[in-house]
Amino acid sequence: MIGTFPRIPSGCAISGMMSKKGRRMNGEAVIKSIALMHDRSNGLGGGFAAYGIYPDFKNHYAFHILYSSKQNRIDTETYLKDKFIVDRCEPIPTRNVDNITDPPIIWRYFLLVDGKSLYDNAGQPVDERDYVVEAVMYINNCLDGAFVISSGKNMGAFKGVGYPEDIGRFFCLEDYEAYIWTSHGRFPTNTPGWWGGAHPFCLLDWSVVHNGEISSYGINKRYLEMFNYRCELQTDTEVVAYFVDLLHRKQGIPLELTCKILAAPFWQEIDRMEPEQRAVYTAIRQVYGSALLNGPFSFIIANSRAMIGLNDRIKLRPMTVGIKDDMVYMASEESAIREICPDLDEVWTAEAGEPVIAELEEGVEV
Amino acid sequence: MRIDARGMYYRDLNKMIHQAVKNGETEIVLDNVNGQRYIGTGINEKVRITVNGVPGNDLAAFMNGPEITVYANAQDGIGNTMNDGTVVVHGGAGDVLGYAMRGGKIFIKGNVGYRVGIHMKEYQDRVPAIVVGGTAGDFFGEYMAGGILVVLGLNRKPGDPLTGDYLGTGMHGGIIYLRGEVERYKLGKEVEVFELNEEDEKKLQPFLEEYCAHFGFELEEVLSVPFCKLLPVSKRPYGRLYAY
Repeated sequence: MIGTFPRIPSGCAISGMMSKKGRRMNGEAVIKSIALMHDRSNGLGGGFAAYGIYPDFKNHYAFHILYSSKQNRIDTETYLKDKFIVDRCEPIPTRNVDNITDPPIIWRYFLLVDGKSLYDNAGQPVDERDYVVEAVMYINNCLDGAFVISSGKNMGAFKGVGYPEDIGRFFCLEDYEAYIWTSHGRFPTNTPGWWGGAHPFCLLDWSVVHNGEISSYGINKRYLEMFNYRCELQTDTEVVAYFVDLLHRKQGIPLELTCKILAAPFWQEIDRMEPEQRAVYTAIRQVYGSALLNGPFSFIIANSRAMIGLNDRIKLRPMTVGIKDDMVYMASEESAIREICPDLDEVWTAEAGEPVIAELEEGVEV
Repeated sequence: MRIDARGMYYRDLNKMIHQAVKNGETEIVLDNVNGQRYIGTGINEKVRITVNGVPGNDLAAFMNGPEITVYANAQDGIGNTMNDGTVVVHGGAGDVLGYAMRGGKIFIKGNVGYRVGIHMKEYQDRVPAIVVGGTAGDFFGEYMAGGILVVLGLNRKPGDPLTGDYLGTGMHGGIIYLRGEVERYKLGKEVEVFELNEEDEKKLQPFLEEYCAHFGFELEEVLSVPFCKLLPVSKRPYGRLYAY
């Protein structure tokens, strides 16, 4: 599954939709939306993240794992059983699709953590989510031929090599209901088109889809390594999933400010700010210089309660936002939104470096 | 003729349009357009194309004659290297509008995105023009070498700036007309702000009249706010960059 691949020098497409009331919809609409932008991808990667799909297991960590071989699966399951209570495991249902060839073995696991496991070697308590992150990093780095493509509660990633609409049909996404869907059509420029390298990139309930490239990847990767995040999926976007986990979940930085770390204002903008704000942004750039993302990007980042659109600071990639009643749409092109929602209440293009954050309404339980 | 473009692949749609033009059609109406790229691209005849729906990227790229009217927002890359003709958009438009445009006119009712008019150029009587009714994003007129850009800032929400930052960065030809004032920090290093002279007013007036005629605005209202203009202060800002 992973190995050496020819470099194919050749944009991407992203599309996301969210009901702020937590209403769940099947995957038909998101497939239709991303399929409209078919020519932004080249068949070397397509994928989806879906939130709210496992209501019967909503307190379990749902691991979606790709395997190169049966032996890789057996070895990984031995590890999973040692670390977790495996309540259910099964192959992820797929159907034959002409254009999807040579898929890996794809399984899902619904896992609980035994409270007794949550102590480190020195007897100190460990945060449950840190425990899960460590397991994901271990599998991706230390176990042969096994890659965890998503590990959150009541969500999952479905991705692979192919056009996104074909990947969507391959994974039977019409059978899943989600209140947030994000999607990606890939046109790999610098890194190989392989199953694990397709978007979204996920960790816990975070997912990221990305159009662009992160030219600061080397600096970002080394910074994340200091916090035990290990980048093994051969695609630059991976760092963003780990950054939002580090900055928002672990360090408690609000979502908006997290985005302002990743796409920090230019110094000349900071110079014009009011003193208090100037102090905040100066500190951010000093402390988090290595978390600044350089290069062209438009991202849709999601977690269980929010969907965020973020562009690079000089808007080198497109992003349109649409609103209709409780629905929020974000996509590379307005037509991709109109395709599934012709009559929008509001539509605008996102500004450079300014996050657009859609959150579940207060009190909505998912 | 009318074409229902619903669900049609862009290549098939464009083939039909080119064939219709070849057959002598002068009036083509496209219904249910959504995302099809390259509409009007490379057409040399003076036909009229009406687009009902959101056209895809690179509308009117390399276009050389037609008049395209869009009754929706438009996306990125409109008028890329356009040579002649007119594009009228009854909505907003995206990034890199009029990239390397070298002739013809583009009228946008609403706001436009980033890098509009990047590297526009002119030659003798070929002077391209873009009139933006709303506001413009960063890098407006970047590396502009010729032509006319106009930003009106009509129907602005309070606090919305007329243009973004890096205005006219690298500009070395052409004119930018702005309805209102511009903060100095927004200017690229290669431009200066000037008052309009009589010649400017003569030059600007027909574009404003045409804008008002397309979208139903009152010329008086448009003229009620004084304009300023940006001109490059050097013909060759990078002339010495690669000389040594």
